[in-house]
Amino acid sequence: MNPTLTTATAARVLAQLRADRRTLALMLVVPCVLLGLLAWMSRDTPLFDRTGAQLLGLFPLVVMFVVTSVTTLGERTSGTLERLLSTPLRRTDFLGGYALAFGAMAVLQALVATGFAVWVCGLEVRGPLGWLVVVAVASGLLGTALGLLASAFARTEFQAVQFMPALVLPQLLLCGLFVPREEMPRALELVSAVLPLSYAVDALGSVATTVEPAGELGADLAVLAVFVTGSLGLASLTLRRRTP
Amino acid sequence: MMKYAVRAEGLSVRRGRRQVLRDVHLAVPVGQVVGLLGPSGGGKSTLMRSVVGVQAQVSGTVEVLGEPAGSPGLRHRVGYVTQSPSVYRDLTVGQNLRYFATLVGAAGGRVDQVLEQVDLRGQVDQRVADLSGGQASRVSLAAALVGRPDLLVLDEPTVGLDPVLRRSLWRLFAELAASGTTVLVSSHVMDEAARCDRLVLLREGRVLADDTLPALLARTGAEDAEGAFLHLVDEADADGPVAPDPAYHRRRR
Ligand SMILES: Nc1ncnc2c1ncn2[C@@H]1O[C@H](COP(=O)(O)OP(=O)(O)O)[C@@H](O)[C@H]1O
Ligand SMILES: [Mg+2]
Repeated sequence: MNPTLTTATAARVLAQLRADRRTLALMLVVPCVLLGLLAWMSRDTPLFDRTGAQLLGLFPLVVMFVVTSVTTLGERTSGTLERLLSTPLRRTDFLGGYALAFGAMAVLQALVATGFAVWVCGLEVRGPLGWLVVVAVASGLLGTALGLLASAFARTEFQAVQFMPALVLPQLLLCGLFVPREEMPRALELVSAVLPLSYAVDALGSVATTVEPAGELGADLAVLAVFVTGSLGLASLTLRRRTP
Repeated sequence: MMKYAVRAEGLSVRRGRRQVLRDVHLAVPVGQVVGLLGPSGGGKSTLMRSVVGVQAQVSGTVEVLGEPAGSPGLRHRVGYVTQSPSVYRDLTVGQNLRYFATLVGAAGGRVDQVLEQVDLRGQVDQRVADLSGGQASRVSLAAALVGRPDLLVLDEPTVGLDPVLRRSLWRLFAELAASGTTVLVSSHVMDEAARCDRLVLLREGRVLADDTLPALLARTGAEDAEGAFLHLVDEADADGPVAPDPAYHRRRR
């Protein structure tokens, strides 16, 4: 991995995002609107304090997945990927650049959404807020890694977007947001244990309810890191220099 | 002794179930403009992809600047421009070129130089999406020039350009060749042949000729490149039709 080429690639991806003001606005505003809606809907019940923090892990996954998969599909179909791979840029620089750019976006999104949830909607969080941001960024990186991988299996942008419900909605249903995972039928509990979003939601739940969550977070973050590196590894196999 | 920037021997390529190139032999001398001409679908893009080293399912040998095609050592020495412009449409001309300059380790001032060469100085802050097709393809060309490659592989760079621009690009290719760059450029328009030092005529995946235009005209008795091409096609067909692609018949059944 070459740091100059990786950061140049990240800067280029961020410049593309900056050029698309509407997407940028949606990435930052939609989470706040949804959090506000949830807070309003659940006033006078403990629902918001329980699920509000957990939702902070869902937005970056969904948003980074969609934006990354559409952007990289564009690179594959427009010929820019073919050109990039004929230059000294390595696959790891390409993947690292994307991870860096969308990781930075995830930080921004997490700061905005967490700030809005806590200071505007009155979300009660026992643990340090910084940990919410850390978990949200891990979840954003997961979205980016899965998006890079998914773009290899889509031929059109429509298909790329369809992967989102296919890959993300099952994780949302089984992550413990609706039914606590330990109360699920055994088979579903086992399935939820191999889905990465479960660990992000679990980690955010710990931050929301525990004053000193660092000990409980470690394992969840480690599992997320394994999923991120695993997906990036698989994605790098799909970036072929020589194509048919 | 003649030095070659590209040498292909027994190059064959399959794409899907089609045999797209069959036993191609080719030698591109250093510092010349070599035109790869032939009808659409003849395999020009596939041959260029094999030279750049991005084509899979290649057999035979392709040597580029003394190394096997696609070697890591060639990545800053070969500039490649794909048939459709491969630049970021949502970025400005300047943003695109600065990025590609960084990738090949070119100095910042190089961007202005190449913009001058392709006559796009005035468009530096415009988004590629807002440019005309011809301008966008020149951005793509500039992105390949920025690293001062020893070999430029250009896939139909003059298609869709007006005559004045076409002439200025061919002049640019001649200047680059005069300064030692080898230019392998494809076109399906035969009248561009006169601009090239050498011609490679490609049809249905086979090389019909690899020679200079005067030599081709002398050999075929034709008046221009198109006449020479047609003569060679007739000659090849008289020698026996091109062996049919078995996969083609299987599909048709
Ligand atoms: N990705 C592909 N898969 C299968 N066949 C292909 C592919 N790309 C091109 N071909 C076929 O290869 C042949 C040569 O194509 P190409 O090299 O693009 O020719 P040219 O550039 O001379 O127009 C054509 O018959 C085309 O249909
Ligand atoms: Mg072509």
